[in-house]
Amino acid sequence: MSKVRLATVWLDGCSGCHMSFLDMDERILEIAARVEVVYSPLVDLKEFPADVDVTIVEGGVSSEEDLHKIRMVRSRTKLLIALGDCAVTSNVPGMRNTFKVDDVLKRAYFENADLNPQVPSEVIPRLLPRTRPVHEIVPVDVFLPGCPPPADVIFGALVSLLDGTTPDLSATRFGR
Amino acid sequence: MSSRPSAKPAAPAPSSKVKTLTIDDRLVSAREDESILDAARDNGIQIPTLCNLDGLTPVGACRLCMVEVKGSSRLFASCVTMVGEGMEVVTDSERLQKYRKTIVELLFSERNHVCAVCVSNGHCELQNLAQLLGVTHLTVPYLNPKLPVDASHERFVNDHNRCVLCQRCVRVCGEVEGAHTWDINGRGIGARVITDLNQPWGSSETCTGCGKCVQVCPTGALTEKGKSVREMSKRTRFLPYLTMMREDRSE
Repeated sequence: MSKVRLATVWLDGCSGCHMSFLDMDERILEIAARVEVVYSPLVDLKEFPADVDVTIVEGGVSSEEDLHKIRMVRSRTKLLIALGDCAVTSNVPGMRNTFKVDDVLKRAYFENADLNPQVPSEVIPRLLPRTRPVHEIVPVDVFLPGCPPPADVIFGALVSLLDGTTPDLSATRFGR
Repeated sequence: MSSRPSAKPAAPAPSSKVKTLTIDDRLVSAREDESILDAARDNGIQIPTLCNLDGLTPVGACRLCMVEVKGSSRLFASCVTMVGEGMEVVTDSERLQKYRKTIVELLFSERNHVCAVCVSNGHCELQNLAQLLGVTHLTVPYLNPKLPVDASHERFVNDHNRCVLCQRCVRVCGEVEGAHTWDINGRGIGARVITDLNQPWGSSETCTGCGKCVQVCPTGALTEKGKSVREMSKRTRFLPYLTMMREDRSE
């Protein structure tokens, strides 16, 4: 039996969900025996490949890059998992949503800048008007709320999905 | 005085009559002045609630305790619907679950409940309800309204971002403390809890600073100053004792 092709992507989040993923410790070997990690910030691959079976998304959709990436990821993924509150609710990155983007940038790059105040116009992708949860942009198949979701829940959910059963989410919730 | 609030008088008052009804196919009896919610709980049947709190007058504000009553197509808030003879009540169905989930989703979408950075994270009744009802995400869009935080009071904070308009603060202040500092201003989605005539809490002439509103608030809307994320746990169990002691005195 060929291995399940697994990818993880990191949009607007703190990487805490990826850390929680790694927190499953030696059980990660059990997962590794059943999947092939084809793309992730944890491994050194630059291009998101085609024909991915499962993609785990951390983070909300905040910038033009996030938007482009999540659409591309969805089009190349069979099962999309929103991991953690930023992906599920927009959470902390979404706290800017009550302000206008210009005001947010002014605050960050002018009012709080000691040297050379300017809004970056190169390399840094432009912010969208609001940070949105992933499922407001593309369809999501599985939601794992939590900030971060506990390692046990991530491990349990992955094993359930690999076994073809419904994950038990009773041990996590918004905020966690 | 050593009796506890749970030890209600063994014999009902002479005027009260007993009604028999079925709740979830179980035959139960209840006093005629009892709500469906109380009758269900007396019989170990749990109905989810948010605005309801033992010791305060029920108002049916949150609608989470809705139940189906045979013979009517509309739903009834069980906290404010009295039992009736021969009533057939259903407290849990696919339809009720769907509506309850939607109510919780709408509460999350109407304000800015950022659980991860909330002082009440881990002690929040809204958070618990989401978990209980299996709300893993919202199917309605977030509104992200711009809402104020009133930190003008010396000891307490009112954060409208976390308010669910349950009116527990309004009721405990009016009914138990007797100060009636809190009220609701506006309607529908524009409704806000206010102090006195919509002035900063710290400038309120009527607030006694007793903190009952803070303790009964189910979320992180009313909190004590100086609490960080996860630190604001509340105590609500004092209420039945207070009301019981007052009833005793008035007898």
